[in-house]
Amino acid sequence: MDYNWNWAVLFQEPYLGWLLSGLQWTLLVAIAAWVIAFVVGSAVGILRTVPNRLVRTLAAAYVELFRNIPLLVQLFVWYFVVPELLPEDLGLWVKRDMPNPEYVTAVVALGAYTAARVAEQVRSGIQTIGKDLVNAGLAIGLTPLQNYLYIRLPISYRIIVPPLTSEFLTIFKNSSLALTIGVLELTAQARQIENYTFQGFEAFTAATVLYLVITLLVVLLMRLIDQKTRIPGSVGAN
Amino acid sequence: MGDFDFQVIIESLPFLFDGLLISFQLTFLALIAGLAWGTILAVMRIWGPAPLRWFSAVYVNIFRSIPLILVIFWFYFLVPLLIGRPVGNFTSALIAFSLFEAAYYAEIMRAGLNSVSRGQVYAGLAIGLSPRQNLQYVILPQAFRNMIPVLLTQAIILFQDTSLVYVVALSDFMTSASVVAKVEGRLAEMYLFAALVYFVICFSGSLLVKHLQKKKVA
Amino acid sequence: MIKIDNIDKWYDDFHVLKGCSLEVERGEVIVICGPSGSGKSTLIKCVNALEPVDSGRIVVEETDVTARGTKLPLVRARIGMVFQHFELFPHKTVIENLMMGQIKVLKRSREAAREKAESLLKRVGLADQAQKYPSALSGGQQQRVAIARALAMDPIAMCFDEPTSALDPEMISEVLDVMVELAKEGMTMMVVTHEMGFARRVARRVVFMDQGEVKEIADTDTFFRNPETDRAKEFLSKILAH
Ligand SMILES: Nc1ncnc2c1ncn2[C@@H]1O[C@H](COP(=O)(O)OP(=O)(O)OP(=O)(O)O)[C@@H](O)[C@H]1O
Ligand SMILES: [Mg+2]
Repeated sequence: MDYNWNWAVLFQEPYLGWLLSGLQWTLLVAIAAWVIAFVVGSAVGILRTVPNRLVRTLAAAYVELFRNIPLLVQLFVWYFVVPELLPEDLGLWVKRDMPNPEYVTAVVALGAYTAARVAEQVRSGIQTIGKDLVNAGLAIGLTPLQNYLYIRLPISYRIIVPPLTSEFLTIFKNSSLALTIGVLELTAQARQIENYTFQGFEAFTAATVLYLVITLLVVLLMRLIDQKTRIPGSVGAN
Repeated sequence: MGDFDFQVIIESLPFLFDGLLISFQLTFLALIAGLAWGTILAVMRIWGPAPLRWFSAVYVNIFRSIPLILVIFWFYFLVPLLIGRPVGNFTSALIAFSLFEAAYYAEIMRAGLNSVSRGQVYAGLAIGLSPRQNLQYVILPQAFRNMIPVLLTQAIILFQDTSLVYVVALSDFMTSASVVAKVEGRLAEMYLFAALVYFVICFSGSLLVKHLQKKKVA
Repeated sequence: MIKIDNIDKWYDDFHVLKGCSLEVERGEVIVICGPSGSGKSTLIKCVNALEPVDSGRIVVEETDVTARGTKLPLVRARIGMVFQHFELFPHKTVIENLMMGQIKVLKRSREAAREKAESLLKRVGLADQAQKYPSALSGGQQQRVAIARALAMDPIAMCFDEPTSALDPEMISEVLDVMVELAKEGMTMMVVTHEMGFARRVARRVVFMDQGEVKEIADTDTFFRNPETDRAKEFLSKILAH
């Protein structure tokens, strides 16, 4: 193998700056998208468990739609197609005046996509609660809504912290797709450094290490949340 | 959007179909290779000596921590360097996908292997099978059967993931659609059509998975 | 006080309850027994509308539980319900389990709710467990908490669905003692149970169900000495055999 090692390139300007700015965009895309995914996903997941059949079906349709189309295709649809479908004024605004359109689009697309996956976790969390525990809430006179608020959701969310961890990790990885519409996040910057310096090994190693660090931090954070919220006596609790 | 142009879709169908074949090819080959390597990794992780266990764990955790696009870039850069001459995009992509998917299959296999009860393991040994025979004839077949729905789901994900070869311009279905989209200036038509095709394929696949799961329960 | 009038209920094409009627008077304790799958749980869940009925009426103290537009939460709050598997809220401490309904449904102040909860816990002998989570308690203790949780709502009647059948033998009596106490104080109770000793001690009448029908309603003594139907005889001989 014929290769000139040069690890120093990673600490030279402008390349160090590129990496750090890439890292920043990765975090900005992933975290903003997670907020959307969590809110929308919770709503959709809850709606999948309500008595009304039409509502349940619509929520299920959301999940199937967003789960069965590759994220890349969804991203392009949001970026190239949706502005055309909007009412004229809004469409024009999105195309001409919306600040940072690539970033906003990436966040919305990634958020909507991940919401479908979060919804599945939320639904399964709600459905693992036994029928009689739900009845117990109703039996003391809680309304169905109160029963969701005080019994079913608090229990579900505590159960699903571990599977949500994996979705949260995935969103950082999936944020790399934003590069296809021009967001210069971490993977894009590593590629760019390779193109400029031909030091692909160093550039990709740097990106890999940074993703590993993100993973480690997310896992630690979620473990902390899990310990703080876990229902005493449930599997794995101490 | 009043001027939705079906003609452009119809005219590009043969071209798109070639792209779709590439997507299927890549999915199929990466599935086989990833499954094989993933199974080895899982076996190493469960029964291997310490260094192999350790290697497997590190491998799986690294690949599961980084984006597929980065892996594609890695191998797009690395493979020609290692081989010493340029190879096609397809080869690089196939290697990237196989090694990447293997990490996910390894985790699925590990769960599946652990799902085979200890009693079965002892029963195999008790009738005189060697540990390797036991693995081959008793444990793996049962593990695979338990895992078929999960493996299929992962295959659907893999098929969706192959769209990412767009970043190295390998002419799969997605790339072909976007080529037509740009050349003809028909972005809405082509991307919506691509979405529809992927949806029909993946949704059918997921219905099949549901069907298999029901059968398993019954 | 509780009037079940000719109710029918279907699960899809399965006829779980077939024309069941039953009246429970104020202060009366009624034991419901019958083979597994005969519809006992379903019947008792219909009383506080946890399961809807397809036809017939259930009236609890002037309130038609089965009528459209009845405010079910308020009806349910007045009927205590105790489940086979306790069903305490696992994410709440024992005392919070007792306070939740008082605060959210009856709109009592936290202080009032806490006071009531503490006195009920004392009554079921668990004053020292107030701050623990349900999972830290034994089955018998959890069931006593569940009874206290129902009592915290000041119910006019209590329904029990096999309250001791998930318990280890040595814990059964601690729960039955609480129930006997309640009966003596004049609580109206519908109890699904196979504890025939309990039935003999406190029940005035026994209801025997089979295949979704109320087969027999008899005074306790009569039922044990001389059941009318063959099915009941057969059932009793199986139950009393061990
Ligand atoms: N949600 C449901 N959907 C369909 N069938 C049900 C449902 N709940 C109960 N059943 C059926 O209705 C019948 C009566 O059930 P129920 O729980 O009332 O019986 P039970 O007398 O309480 O029996 P056990 O002693 O086993 O608790 C059973 O055959 C049961 O399988
Ligand atoms: Mg029952």
